[in-house]
Amino acid sequence: MSDPSIPAPGSSAADSTGAAAGPADTPGSVILEMRDITKEFPGVKALSNVSMAVRRGEVHAICGENGAGKSTLMKVLSGVHPAGTYDGEIHFEGQVCEFNNIRDSEHAGIVIIHQELALIPEMSIAENIFLGNETAKSGVINWLSTRAKARELLARVGLEEEPDTKIRDIGVGKQQLVEIAKALSKDVKLLILDEPTAALNAGDSQHLLDLIAGLRSKGVTCIMISHKLNEIEQIADSITIIRDGKSIETLRVKEDGVDENRIIRGMVGRDLESRFPDHTPEIGEVFFEVKNWTVRHPSVPDRLVAKHSDFFVRRGEIVGFAGLMGAGRTELMRSLFGRSYGTYVEGTIVKDGKEIRLRSVADAIDAGLAYVTEDRKTLGLNLLDDIKRTTVSARLQRITRGFVVDEREEYNYAESYRKSLRTKAPNVDEGVAKLSGGNQQKVVLAKWLFTEPDLLILDEPTRGIDVGAKFEIYGIIQRMASEGKGVILVSSELPELIGLSDRIYTIAEGAVTGVLSREEADQESLMRLMTRRTHGGSQATTRESA
Amino acid sequence: MDKVKKIFGGDTRQLGMIFALVALIIFFQIWTDGLTLTPDNVINIFQQNSYILVLAIGMVLVIIAGHIDLSVGSVAAFVGICVAIAMRDWGLSWWMGILFGLAIGALVGAWQGMWTAYVGIPAFIVTLSGMLLFRGANQYVGKSNSVPVSEDFQVIGGGYLPEVGPDTGYNNLTVLIGLLLAIGIVVGSLRSRRALVKLGADVEEAWVMWVRLGLICAAIIGATLLFGSGRPGTSFPISGIILAVLVLVYGFISNRTVIGRHIYAVGGNRHAAELSGVKSKKVNFLVMMNMSILAALAGMIFVARSTASGPSDGVGWELDAIAAVFIGGAAVTGGVGTVVGSIVGGLVMAVLNNGLQLKGIGADATQMIKGLVLLVAVAFDVYNKSQGRVSLLGMLTRNFRRGGSDDDSSALPPPSAATETTPVSETIRQSS
Repeated sequence: MSDPSIPAPGSSAADSTGAAAGPADTPGSVILEMRDITKEFPGVKALSNVSMAVRRGEVHAICGENGAGKSTLMKVLSGVHPAGTYDGEIHFEGQVCEFNNIRDSEHAGIVIIHQELALIPEMSIAENIFLGNETAKSGVINWLSTRAKARELLARVGLEEEPDTKIRDIGVGKQQLVEIAKALSKDVKLLILDEPTAALNAGDSQHLLDLIAGLRSKGVTCIMISHKLNEIEQIADSITIIRDGKSIETLRVKEDGVDENRIIRGMVGRDLESRFPDHTPEIGEVFFEVKNWTVRHPSVPDRLVAKHSDFFVRRGEIVGFAGLMGAGRTELMRSLFGRSYGTYVEGTIVKDGKEIRLRSVADAIDAGLAYVTEDRKTLGLNLLDDIKRTTVSARLQRITRGFVVDEREEYNYAESYRKSLRTKAPNVDEGVAKLSGGNQQKVVLAKWLFTEPDLLILDEPTRGIDVGAKFEIYGIIQRMASEGKGVILVSSELPELIGLSDRIYTIAEGAVTGVLSREEADQESLMRLMTRRTHGGSQATTRESA
Repeated sequence: MDKVKKIFGGDTRQLGMIFALVALIIFFQIWTDGLTLTPDNVINIFQQNSYILVLAIGMVLVIIAGHIDLSVGSVAAFVGICVAIAMRDWGLSWWMGILFGLAIGALVGAWQGMWTAYVGIPAFIVTLSGMLLFRGANQYVGKSNSVPVSEDFQVIGGGYLPEVGPDTGYNNLTVLIGLLLAIGIVVGSLRSRRALVKLGADVEEAWVMWVRLGLICAAIIGATLLFGSGRPGTSFPISGIILAVLVLVYGFISNRTVIGRHIYAVGGNRHAAELSGVKSKKVNFLVMMNMSILAALAGMIFVARSTASGPSDGVGWELDAIAAVFIGGAAVTGGVGTVVGSIVGGLVMAVLNNGLQLKGIGADATQMIKGLVLLVAVAFDVYNKSQGRVSLLGMLTRNFRRGGSDDDSSALPPPSAATETTPVSETIRQSS
C-alpha cells in the first residue's frame, strides 16, 4: 500500500509549493501537517495540542471514541472553526494556512464530506455536484457543459446514473458517490471523509472503499474517520489515534503490523480515575423484561432499527447500554418509551410479571417509565419555560384538581427537587435557558423523578456537562438505584458505563451483541462486542479478535 | 426605575405595552382636546373593537401553539349569516341563535382542526382555504344579501347594563361591578401573598404591593366612573362584559390548567412535549377548534351591533387579530404570548384607530400608521432579544437591579443562554 502511486497532477501543486517544502511532489512526502492544535469551547477543552502529519497519496485514518475530538479536528482543518478560534498551525502543501471558512479550505484543495450528506433531495445529481460552483456566464447556467462535466465525474466515481436523476431517487450508497463526485469537481487534493460507510450496507461500503483506493492511486490523499475498524485495517496506510482531545500516536499499518486489537488499545488505553462516587449496589429481582423487541425505521420500511432484542433489568440495578454512534441505542429506548420512535413490529415488555402494552408516551409514564432524552435542548426541554413549570410538566395530573394546576404544590415540588438535586439557580422562577448544561440536566432529571418512575432510562445523561456536574449526576443515578428503581444508562463514554453499571449490554446495528457483568467489562472487551457485525460482509476479522 | 419595575412586576415586555397604551391614551387625550376620554368615546372604542379582541384571545392561543388562523373573518361572517337566517326563517329565539352559532363555529373548527392536527397540513394552508371557503359559504347562504337580526339579539353587540336602583347620576350596575372587581383584586392579592409567606417563598415588600393595588384600584374606579357617567341608558357595554369574562376565563385556562400548559409546551418545543406525554395532535385540534368557536362569537357580536349580517362582514379581521397578538408580545415561532398582552395589543390598535378618526385623519393614513406601528413594535422586540435584552425597560433597569440573586444568575455561563433565548430573531434571520 505504500507503493509509490502517481502524484497529483503537478500544475496546481507546484503553484503552492513554498520554499520550505523540499521534495513537495514526491509520494510519501508530507502534504498536511497540523501542529499543536488546541481548541476550546466555553468550559470544555475539545482539543489540546493535537499534532498529526498526513503523507501525500495515502489514506490516513483517524480513530478515537465518540467525543474524542475527531470531528472538531476536522472542522478546524476545513475552516468550519475559522482561524483565530483555535491555537496551533496548519501547514498544507508546505504553506501555513489560515482558513476563515469552508470556501477558503476548498480553494486550497481540502474538501470534507460530512456524515450527514449535504445534498438537496429535490435537485438533480448534476445540480447538486455544481451547487455553489455553477458553470455559468454572468449568472446564467450553461446546462450543456454542466451535464457533460457531471457525466465525466460520475464515470470517475463509477456511478451509472443520468446526471438529471434526482437525488431522492437514488440510494444512500449512490448519494455518497455523488458527494465524492462533487468533491472531485473542486480539484480536491485532500479529501476528508467523516464516517463514510456508517449508513451503507456491506456491498455499498466495499464499493466505496474500492473507490477510495482508486482515488489514492490517482494521487488524491484521503483522511477517513471511521468506527469500523475492519475497514480501517483494510484500507488505511496510517492511523492517528485521538483520545480525550489529545493525539496519542500515529501508526503505520504496514510497518507497525497494526491489527484491530492494537487500534482498540490505543483508543481506550486510559486509566480510570476515581471519577465515580462510592456505591454499593443492592440488587433485587428482575422486574422489567424486554423480549424479541423489533422495530422498523419510521421512513425506511425495510430497515430494522431494533432487531429481536432481549434484555432485562433488576430492581436497584444500573444497566449500561454500549454501542457506537448509530448502533440504535437511542432508537431502541425511544421505541420502548411509548413507541415514540419507529414502527413497532413485534416484541413484548414485561413489568412486574405482567405484560404491558405502551402505545403512547402517556402510557409509558403511567406504567412507571421515564426517559431522559439524549439531546437536552431539542428533545428534553422547552427552553422558553421556567424551572418550576418544567419540573411538573411530565406528570401535571399529580398536582391538578380537576383541570386546574395547584400552583402552591407546583412551587413546593419544584423547590424540593431544586434543593435535593442541588440545582444552581436563584429560584424556581428562573428560565431554564439561563442555566448551565449541568443544571439544565438536573432540571430534566427533576422532571422525570417527579413522575415517580420505577424504571429510569437515561440517554447520554452527561453529554456536554463539565466534570463536577458529572460527578453529581453520577451520585443522583446511584441514589435512584439505591431507592430500588431500575436504571438504564445509555452512554457513549465507556469509562462512564464501566464505572457506573452493574451489567452492560452491547448493541451493534440494532441488535444486542452481548452482555458483560461489572467484573467482565473493560473497554477492550466492550469495544470488541460493539464493533461485532451482525450480518453480511467481512465479519471474519472481528470474530477472530474476539 | 427599580421601584417602577417592582410595582409592575417582572414581565417587562407586557409592562412596556401597558406603558405604551397609557402614553398613547394621554397623547390622544391632549391632541384631541379631551375628546378621547369622554364616556361616549370610551364606550364606543369597546363596542367597535370587542369582536377583534375576542378574536385576539383565540388567536394568541393559536399562535402560542405555533400556528396561525387566517379564516377567522370568513368564519365569523359565515356564522353571522347562518344565525341571522336561522332566526328569521326558523324563528329561533336570541339565545337559541347564539347556541346555534357556537355549534356551527365548533363544527367549522373541528373541520380545520382535523386537517391541521391529524392530517398534518400547515394551519396557514388550511385556514387560507377556510378563508375562501367560508367567505363563499357566507355569500352562498345569504345570496349576497344583508339579513337583519331581531332587537333582543342586538343586545350582545350594542346593549348596555340596565338602569336599576336609585338615581345616583351613574349607572349603578357598572359602579357595583367596578367596586366588586377592585375588592376582589385586593382580597386575591392578600390571599396569595399569605400563601406564599406560608411556603417560605420570597415575597415583595408590603409597600410595593399596596402601591400597585392602589394604582390598579384607581384605574378601575376611574374607568368605572367613566363608563357609568355616560348618556342616560348607556353604561359598560354588554360586549365589554362578554370580553371581560372571556379574558378572565382564558387567562386562567392558559396559565393554570393542564390544557393551557400543554399549549405552551407544544408551541415551545413540540418534540420535548411529546416525549413528556403531551398529546400534541389533540392540543392542536382543540386550539384550532376553539379559535373558530370564538370567531363565531365575534361574528355574532358584530352582527348584533350592526343589526344585520352582510356579505362583507369580517373582511380583514384576521389581520387585526394577528396584529394585536404580535403587538402584545407573542413570538412568531410559538411558545410565547399571553391573553392579557394580546388584549393590550388590541387596545393599542383600537385607541390609535379611534384617536386618528377623532382628528379626522383619513383611512389611508390610518392604515399606513397602523402598519408601521406593528412593524416597529415587533422589530423593537426582535432587536432587543437579539441583544440578549428583554426590552427597553429591562435594558434601563438592568444596571439598577439589586442584590445577590441577580448576581448568581449572571454567574451562570452566559454564552449559550444568550443564543438560546432569541428564538424569534433567529428564525426571522434564518428565513430571510
